[in-house]
Amino acid sequence: MRISDTDIEQMVSILLRTGVLLAAAVVLGGGIYFLLQHGGEQVNYREFAGQPAIDRHLLQIVQGAFSGRPRSVIQLGMLLLIATPIARVALCLIGFAIEKDRKFVIVTTIVLAVLLYSLISGAAGAV
Amino acid sequence: MTSAEFTPIVFGASLLAGFVGSLTGLGGGVIITPVLTLFLGVDLHYAIGASLVSVIATSSGSAAAYVRDGYSSVRIGMFLEIATTLGAVFGAFLAAHIATGALAIIFGVVLLESAWQAARERTARKAPLPPDPLAERLKLNGVYRTPHGAEHYQVHRVKTGFGLMFGAGTLSGLLGIGSGSLKVIAMDRAMQIPFKVSTATSNFMIGVTATASASLYLSRGYVNPAIAFPVMLGVLAGSLTGARFLARLPVVVLRRSFAIIVGIIAVQMIYSGINGRL
Repeated sequence: MRISDTDIEQMVSILLRTGVLLAAAVVLGGGIYFLLQHGGEQVNYREFAGQPAIDRHLLQIVQGAFSGRPRSVIQLGMLLLIATPIARVALCLIGFAIEKDRKFVIVTTIVLAVLLYSLISGAAGAV
Repeated sequence: MTSAEFTPIVFGASLLAGFVGSLTGLGGGVIITPVLTLFLGVDLHYAIGASLVSVIATSSGSAAAYVRDGYSSVRIGMFLEIATTLGAVFGAFLAAHIATGALAIIFGVVLLESAWQAARERTARKAPLPPDPLAERLKLNGVYRTPHGAEHYQVHRVKTGFGLMFGAGTLSGLLGIGSGSLKVIAMDRAMQIPFKVSTATSNFMIGVTATASASLYLSRGYVNPAIAFPVMLGVLAGSLTGARFLARLPVVVLRRSFAIIVGIIAVQMIYSGINGRL
């Protein structure tokens, strides 16, 4: 298959737009749902308290969202947003592999590794 | 204040921040954080977490336009992302160990510098440099479309650019900003990449850079869904609207006046940081 840098960029652009729209839709849905449930509660964000584990850990966010917890639905949207650029880098990796550009396969693998390290070390609660 | 009151106020402020950020080229993230902390009483860490998420959304959301124009270079972007993502992870680690006051001062200084850059005339003065063999080996040199046909460009000082990008990534991870202006400086000034290619590629890189630190912020509990949701949606909508107006507004005049406002906010941020009022 013949593929050029321009083809990769076109695919990347479609992927990014789709990812952001999806993430924004989930965040909007979760946000409205959150306001319906908790809109009347007093808020104070002056002191940093840190979010509870259920809003921090990958699996717990997904589980919470599917059990219909409004905050978890918003966080799921945030996860989708974070996943979008990661998918973009993965797509570029495939593109460079098809182009048989060894140097850029290595470059892209390093970037992907840093992103996955950050996601996984965070998920494991290592930081 | 209740959630039902807080959310629309934050959404409105984010909409405006995204709009102004897009017109000035500063980016929405760098504007919304001081607004949240100085005017809406939100803790700086929460503000940074929310801003970081909006940075990813804005960068990814506007990518389509940049690709359509054909200016961005996937090769230059990907190569430099090694430096920016490593920097972003480093910055996110630093953020956990720096006192809020010190963080506010650093934020203010960076904001002041960005405002200065936005207000200034861009002077084209490219000294001829010998080609960088590293750029040739990595096939970074490229072509972009201009009104008078395709133009070739060469990439210079790859190592210097790479080093500056690590710094840009660190600031992005530390302060939850896109640090687009620093990325453009690295590419445009140091590496002598054409300005349009630099800005388009920078926009492409911002999302990946912010993602490297956003995962750490999320898992560390800095992303509060109740704050992040109006910020993300507001900044995204505001900056996409701003991009549409860009061609129709007297941008240079606007950029100057907004830069002054941003400069004042920056000074206030530094002052609050020194006073320990954040």
